[in-house]
Amino acid sequence: MTTAPEFTLCEQLIVAASEAWRGNGELVATGIGPAPRLAAGLAKLTHTPELMMTDGEAWLVEDPVPLGPRGYDDRKAAGYLPFSRFFDAAVWSGKRHAMVTPSQIDRFGQTNISYLGGTYEQPKVQMLGARGFPGNSICHINSMFIPQHSKRVFVEGEVDMVSSVGYNPARRTPGVNFSRVDLRLIVTDLCVMDFGGRDNAIRVVMLHPGVTFDQVQDATGFALEAADEIKTTPAPTAEQLAIIARLDPHGLRAGVIKDNPAGRRS
Amino acid sequence: MNKQLTIEQFVASLKSGMTIGIAGWGPRRKPMALVRAILRSDLKDLTIVAYGGPDVGMLCAAGKVKKVIFGFVSMDAIPLEPYFRKARETGGLDILELDEGMLQWGLKAAAFRLPFLPTHVGLGTDVMTHGGFRTVQSPYNDGEVLLAMPALKLDAALLHVHRADRLGNIQALGPDTYYDEWFARAADRTFVSTEEIVDRMDVSYPDDARANIVERCFVHGVIAAPLGAHPTSMPPSYGWDMKHLKSYADSAHEDGGWDRYLAETIGADEAGYLGRVGGKDAVSSLPLPIF
Repeated sequence: MTTAPEFTLCEQLIVAASEAWRGNGELVATGIGPAPRLAAGLAKLTHTPELMMTDGEAWLVEDPVPLGPRGYDDRKAAGYLPFSRFFDAAVWSGKRHAMVTPSQIDRFGQTNISYLGGTYEQPKVQMLGARGFPGNSICHINSMFIPQHSKRVFVEGEVDMVSSVGYNPARRTPGVNFSRVDLRLIVTDLCVMDFGGRDNAIRVVMLHPGVTFDQVQDATGFALEAADEIKTTPAPTAEQLAIIARLDPHGLRAGVIKDNPAGRRS
Repeated sequence: MNKQLTIEQFVASLKSGMTIGIAGWGPRRKPMALVRAILRSDLKDLTIVAYGGPDVGMLCAAGKVKKVIFGFVSMDAIPLEPYFRKARETGGLDILELDEGMLQWGLKAAAFRLPFLPTHVGLGTDVMTHGGFRTVQSPYNDGEVLLAMPALKLDAALLHVHRADRLGNIQALGPDTYYDEWFARAADRTFVSTEEIVDRMDVSYPDDARANIVERCFVHGVIAAPLGAHPTSMPPSYGWDMKHLKSYADSAHEDGGWDRYLAETIGADEAGYLGRVGGKDAVSSLPLPIF
């Protein structure tokens, strides 16, 4: 495979994020938001064709559905997975790996999309509510995509409202089966992290070209671990870029990272 | 047996203080004509159970709501419902925040006449902490501790469907009917607004009986409401009206915005509503949303 001449940081992150699903087999790959969705599609069209995915409405498709405006009937349904059976078939059964963009993440991998600041009775900023995060996190694999790595996202203490389960020992109610909690990758605009540190601590495993560990640490509200050997995030190949472009014909990926910076080769 | 009601008869059969489940999902297939009837009524102190969208926002804005039991409140392309947000950030709105799966599980417990159903979901999160949920231990060898999701019993459930007959046979078309059937089975009384009313479903649409998402013993009233999901989507008939939802959302940031929306758009009656939002032809040709 040849390395393409030009690519953006977002495209580089999409390629890195697609690795989250490598070898997952037959489960539903859900990418929430443009970049995670492109990453899931790329994973299915390259290294892990067994993956299942929906058109975002109710149908299982074998060809990932492109982002943005298209003909309603362009997608070809291979199967059926409406919300009315999503918990039975995908979430509670553990047959899913979702990549999401929470508003806050703490050192335990707990995330928040519910509200920021204030109290449960009167939040400072009301967001979505916990949506499916409690169930997702205790039933199936999860990864995260963070387009702007900062201390606002990677918070110092616990997240304001724990919407998803992480590895916080203080919240491990005795007798509860937490064996399916399985956090995989966090892909940010600075690095790639996993949960391979001590007691599932968050660990930097890959730095984007030109980014240092200290830079990542400075943008994080808690102490990070470093993998024994930190790799450099690879540049996308021409084939990967072509697939991304085909899945995003309207160029929505240009809006994912502020000012859509160019990617870099190591 | 004739379950057909006028929209006035429907709203007169509700009482302040009731727990009302609203079917649909965010800005999709919401029984908005029935919600608007509540907005025009004197009802108050309602507890609303929903996968919320503009239904929850409007009822909050109109001061109809004491408590919201929700998995989320969102309008998809407009992720945060502005009036729900306002009500939350002002304080004084009682809530029970659930995981999406817990909500349907609680409806199923109510439908099955069980006090609770066990689940892993919610454990280890603040949904558990704030919701005051209790746990049960499996009596079998695994001994697992599980969250006991209490039944979400509804005094009334509101649904919007494509077709109904006067006996209460309903047909909901479209790719996804979400948890509508469980709202119906969890409720003492279910009111279904419909795009079309026929005398007998077996005469008019016998070939589509698989679209009968809930049996007629769970349907207590059917109300004619063509285009009654507007501004939410009702596939395959019509899509959501995102332009309308956007201007509704913008009104939350304008002085007197809600009062204006209530007076000028919701207005005095459902008959005039469609005219005020662009007319029947415009609404019925709204394109289906692309995801």
